[in-house]
Amino acid sequence: MTTVDKKKYKVIGTSPIRHDGADKVTGRAVYGIDYHMPGMLWGKILRSPHAHAKIKSIDASKALALPGVHAVVTGKDMAVAADIEVEAGETSLNYMHLSDNVMARDKALYKGHAVAAVAADTQHIAEEALALIDVDYEVLTPVLNGREGMKADVPLIHPDQTTKVMAFRFDPGTDTGEKSNVAGRSQLKLGDIDAGFKEADFIVEREFTTSWVHQGYIEAQNATAHWNNDDNITVWNSSQGTFNQRQLMAEILKHPVSQIKMVPLEIGGGFGGKIPVYLEVPAAMLSKKTGHPVKMTMTRTEVFEGTGPASAAQMKAKVGATKDGRITAAYAELVFEAGAFPGSAVGAGAQGMFTAYNIENILIDGYDVVVNKPKSAAYRSPGTPQACFPAEAVIDELAELVGMDPLDFRIKNAAKEGDRRADGVQHPEMGNLECMEALKASDHYKSDLGGPNRGRGVASGYWGNAGMPASCSIAINADGTVSLAEGSPDIGGSRTSIAMMCAEAFGIAAEDVHPSIKDTDSIGYNGLTAGSSTTLRNGWAVFEVTNQAIELIKARAARLWETEPENVDFADGVFFSKAEKELKLTFKEMAGKLMETGGPISVAASVAPRGAGPSFTTHMVDVEVDPETGKVDILRYTAAQDVGTMIHHDYVEGQVQGGTAQGIGWALNEEYFYDDKGQMLNSSYLDYRVPTMLDLPMLDTILVEHPNPDHPFGVRGVAEISVVPPLGALANAIYAAVGVRMRDLPMAPHKIVKALQEKNGKTK
Amino acid sequence: MAAVKTHVRTTLNGEATEYLCEPNQSLLEVLRDVLFLTGTKEGCNDGNCGACTVNMDGRIVDSCLVLGVEAEGSDILTIEGVATPEGLHPIQQAFLENAALQCGICTPGFIVASKALLEKEPNPSEARVRHWLAGNLCRCTGYDKIVKAVVDAANTMGGKK
Amino acid sequence: MRPIEYVAAKTVQEAVKSLAEKGDAARPLAGGTDIIVQLRGGRRQLDRLVDMKAIPELNELTYNASSGLRIGAAVPCYRVYGDAAVASAYPGLIDAASLIGGIQIQGRGSIGGNLCNAAPSGDTIPALIAHSAVAEIAGPGGNREVPVEDFCTAPGRTVLQSGEILVAIRVPAPAAHFGACYIRFIPRNEMDIAVVGVGASMVLDGNKVTACRIALASVAPIPVYATAAGAALVGKEATEENINAASEAAQAAATPISDMRGTAEYRTHLIGVLTRRALQSAIQRAKEA
Repeated sequence: MTTVDKKKYKVIGTSPIRHDGADKVTGRAVYGIDYHMPGMLWGKILRSPHAHAKIKSIDASKALALPGVHAVVTGKDMAVAADIEVEAGETSLNYMHLSDNVMARDKALYKGHAVAAVAADTQHIAEEALALIDVDYEVLTPVLNGREGMKADVPLIHPDQTTKVMAFRFDPGTDTGEKSNVAGRSQLKLGDIDAGFKEADFIVEREFTTSWVHQGYIEAQNATAHWNNDDNITVWNSSQGTFNQRQLMAEILKHPVSQIKMVPLEIGGGFGGKIPVYLEVPAAMLSKKTGHPVKMTMTRTEVFEGTGPASAAQMKAKVGATKDGRITAAYAELVFEAGAFPGSAVGAGAQGMFTAYNIENILIDGYDVVVNKPKSAAYRSPGTPQACFPAEAVIDELAELVGMDPLDFRIKNAAKEGDRRADGVQHPEMGNLECMEALKASDHYKSDLGGPNRGRGVASGYWGNAGMPASCSIAINADGTVSLAEGSPDIGGSRTSIAMMCAEAFGIAAEDVHPSIKDTDSIGYNGLTAGSSTTLRNGWAVFEVTNQAIELIKARAARLWETEPENVDFADGVFFSKAEKELKLTFKEMAGKLMETGGPISVAASVAPRGAGPSFTTHMVDVEVDPETGKVDILRYTAAQDVGTMIHHDYVEGQVQGGTAQGIGWALNEEYFYDDKGQMLNSSYLDYRVPTMLDLPMLDTILVEHPNPDHPFGVRGVAEISVVPPLGALANAIYAAVGVRMRDLPMAPHKIVKALQEKNGKTK
Repeated sequence: MAAVKTHVRTTLNGEATEYLCEPNQSLLEVLRDVLFLTGTKEGCNDGNCGACTVNMDGRIVDSCLVLGVEAEGSDILTIEGVATPEGLHPIQQAFLENAALQCGICTPGFIVASKALLEKEPNPSEARVRHWLAGNLCRCTGYDKIVKAVVDAANTMGGKK
Repeated sequence: MRPIEYVAAKTVQEAVKSLAEKGDAARPLAGGTDIIVQLRGGRRQLDRLVDMKAIPELNELTYNASSGLRIGAAVPCYRVYGDAAVASAYPGLIDAASLIGGIQIQGRGSIGGNLCNAAPSGDTIPALIAHSAVAEIAGPGGNREVPVEDFCTAPGRTVLQSGEILVAIRVPAPAAHFGACYIRFIPRNEMDIAVVGVGASMVLDGNKVTACRIALASVAPIPVYATAAGAALVGKEATEENINAASEAAQAAATPISDMRGTAEYRTHLIGVLTRRALQSAIQRAKEA
């Protein structure tokens, strides 16, 4: 594609009411948890109470004797899946590991690991039955920290696991043969850091830690499965990718993919967490055993303990700069806790870490370490919030040493088109500097803080965004409306953004397109609703189907006007004859003439686009810290982000605000609080503490529209990156307010008080 | 081990409604799994997210913390009773116009809670809206557009600033 | 949740009888915002719940400027803070009643239930102690009264014997120049459990403190009535120095632990900060009263 100038659009950039809106504000929309079938049984999972234990035996006889109980399945009922690694939204999954994660076989590898599943007439009976299943465990010493897990004398979680060295993300790697909890070691290298640090007048080197955090979607994992007598399996659930889950099901159940149908119901949030399968597998197995459809839903505690949160990390960052404020070199060591199975997002974190800056010499060592905690999954810009936190904190310290305003320091070092990332790839056209400059020109930047113990922090971020395949189909209705079939679950308004691009192409209103989300038997392959890719890739699919339809309609107009199709053109929603200007019909008028000119028109297309277009952003936050209690109040927040061409203005802005709120929670309060046995002690919303409405101010945005030149509508991924900067921005703001550098997340009040006491040299 | 079921009579969304339930079933469970009114959502089942908010005798409550048997004689409003055949309630309309939902799972709880607020206090400040709705978690929006929608609805409903 | 029996009692006698029949396997149900969560999570196992909400006596809220306030044990929080006369006479109690959970919880949960739940973090308990509130108890052996500071005996346990129920909480009428306050610290701004909570009350004669009560939440296995801390101020001027001394005495009365909500050191620190702030607010209110 050539560069797309900022085009004038009629539908794109507006904010129509979403097509599924009425259903969602009236309670009519059917989410995964809402699904119900006649004759359905309820399934429940028995979970390991130990973080690390051998499963010596499981006796379900007492449970099976309980009236109302139909069946029990365990890991022994499952086939062993293939030992093949696949991508899963910036983290990775191995089929065999995934199968073991869905149901433990010989060892329970974390508190909450599924060890058995039961189907019963009611949820309550199923729950009672769990208590009657006897599991004989041999409790083992758990490994609960990444750096600890790297040591030579700790227990090996997977005794046969050897470290692989990876040259780039998703590289299958070279096996070192060394038995270790370190599953993978990777290195990104650009230039020569020794030379770079020699050039520096100031060098700052610090250590950082972050805790496990959860996506916190409000709808718990759920699945209703029916294994029919013809061996066709149907699963109704809420997922971030039906086709991906179909593949995972096929591999785990060793069942033909063509005999599995995934039906996407409405999804109550995911943020990466609803990419893998969990309940889908035992629900299908229980259905096979009982002949009934089986519904399973997780409790909130199960969601915290038994799904895939984002990795905790232990990190080092070292950055050098010259007196005049040029960053000369950066080094980092990232140790990510993968959880019970390999595949953290450490690679993505390394790739995003220093990427908002033009730094000629970079070295980043990454370690993917298994620990006795849930297998990490994707969470909004996976790996990058963790990695950018140390980068942004150290850069803030350097700005202070150099004596520059932190925003000016970032502007001076901002990465631009053509500069190289740590992995050597050159940046395409993008709006990094525009975001920083827009923030500098904002009222927020110019405003006074207006009180003591207040401070302002800034931080930048990068996220690469993804492409992935998409398929859609359209049918043109006689009244000039279009039925649009999509295959990507709509998690935040993508039905409408995709419909809007379709409407734009045909020159009709957004409301004249009727989008729906189809099951895996009813539409071509679609990638994950993840990687900020859904609108981007479906935009390509819509571009294809609308172009094809326009060509077909041109031929019909040619027939009407008794001319050749090449003499007919289409612009602004009107088909016209190039020769005779009075011959013109709108899209709607032509739609009404399809039957008489050869019959109905429908078009389907599949695409696999590249050129996702990276995201860049800079955030600014004002806080007030109560120095006596350590409480941080957020006074004002502005996020500036390059969002490419906005399709639906309000839903783009909503993505920026939503990610920001999650980043604020991550920075200040959210964490998996573990005891020394690997028991999570705060597995409820009460104690996990996601932000409430009272914890946040209005979240202002500056939406910089730098169209993606590699997309027909200029779309750039927008959904993930906003979670990245709040961690660093808040740490920097707290420093500006009360003079302490917080390097361990969350920056909980008790830690701030302790830091202040240490700074003031008293322990009152 | 099914216990004897209790016969419960309520007024649900303005209509006399009877159901049978066991004492260990919550009102939320009764609404969703007995009456199939699944608009009221389960988010945490322990009173910490507000997704299951219903109005019970004029007060908003977490229906996960009410037993089905406790609803005897109660007048209950769920999200299914908010719109009328004439159209959406102004709060529902404001949520749509302000893009105050993304995934939408928390939306019914927010709307039922907001309706109770605006019926009591037609002109709430932003701070009051945030206080009233602090028991309702949303993980998608950052709340910004929800606050705007509720204030917007208050204006539409006639409470001028 | 396991199968359970539900009984809606109509009178105190009926409730007492129904509870006594089952001993420890039965408990009263008021707002249910704690006990339903405990039953569902398996933290309590009961055979019977006895609903108190249909007993008229437990649902009365009466206030009289001379005799004081009587809160039926099943009266939900919103009724307490929603009553203009009560809110004006007892701002220190309202502080606590209006911050438990969110609006939904306050629509069901009762002050009586908060007391009977006997959590170390129960927000209304320090406020009640600061107000010299008394628990009215009915049981198979008749009626008795217990000062709120003596009501909780261990986490989740109270002085209530088998078959006994809390009927009402009586709060004396505020003396002239009485002021009280409850404040807590939570990491979020709502929907959280107190890391530390402090209830304080005092009576002033000019700037001189003639009575003072200080009670603490979340700093020991049960809510703490810090008598020495209150006594430290009695007979003294309400100065910063004296307030600080009382705050230090409050710190000494606590035996905090480190848990997911905060470290013991942090809790001790917070007791000092919050006691000072609660006393300052109580003084302000006493001066305005």
